[in-house]
Amino acid sequence: MDGLSVQHFIVLSAIVFCLGLFCVVTRRNALGILMGIELILNSANINYVAFARYGGGAYDGQIFAIFVIMLAAAEAAIGLAIVLGIYQTFDTIDVDATDRLRG
Amino acid sequence: MAGAAAFDPRPGHLLQPARFRLSRPEIRALVSTTTVAFYLLATLMTASSLGVALSHNIVYSAFALMGALLGAAGIFVLLGADFVGVVQLLIYVGGILVLSLFAIMLTHRIADVQVSNRSVGRGVATVLIGLVLVGMMRVAVRATWVTSDVAAPAPTTYGVGTAFLSDFVLPFEIASLVLLVALIGAVMVSRKELRG
Repeated sequence: MDGLSVQHFIVLSAIVFCLGLFCVVTRRNALGILMGIELILNSANINYVAFARYGGGAYDGQIFAIFVIMLAAAEAAIGLAIVLGIYQTFDTIDVDATDRLRG
Repeated sequence: MAGAAAFDPRPGHLLQPARFRLSRPEIRALVSTTTVAFYLLATLMTASSLGVALSHNIVYSAFALMGALLGAAGIFVLLGADFVGVVQLLIYVGGILVLSLFAIMLTHRIADVQVSNRSVGRGVATVLIGLVLVGMMRVAVRATWVTSDVAAPAPTTYGVGTAFLSDFVLPFEIASLVLLVALIGAVMVSRKELRG
């Protein structure tokens, strides 16, 4: 991997992180926000695996990436269940419409 | 103990350097292939993430997310983490994405051509997140990253499994508990009888 350094992967991860953040901030559809969170988790995973590769070849980074994927699966299951609950109550999943608790 | 030596599952066994040592032009070709693969995957990931963030139809966003997840799996394999790449394919592309598509289809009328995917405040968000991106780029390029020599890619499944069952056995068990609780919680939240 002479042509590539750890910076390449960090820059790619930063780009994907910022696009995911953009998605979370601007989307008003609850499912779009969840997709932005998936992008952010993936960018963190790229950093973990890249540091594991360039930092001596231990398995810690890959283990953490697997834990992140596992937590993302749990988060997606709970998040989509909540979205379905919101849809049954409000008949929409636009997060601006779910303001019942606003004072 | 010839039988014991015949199968040694430690990482590195499958790559015997003496047998697969490449001559110099071949190494150069290999390096350029890796670089080209990285830039192809990076382009796929960036374009797909742009599609997720900017698409007007939530279904198109979901399919663009599939491109981004596939690109991430390719990056993992490129980095020598073959097990993580396969886990990414199985759980993200095979599980989470299909779950998201199910949720989209359940929360919108399928007959609708224009599925709502509204965005607000794009201008302000572009400025702020552009500043964040510039800051992150400066850190990524200017910092001196302490790296060690990169070993040849070796099969990682043996090492990952051993680490899970030795050093990380407590987080591993807690993770299985978290998954069980999340499963029960998802069923409880989405049951209709609990409403009102």
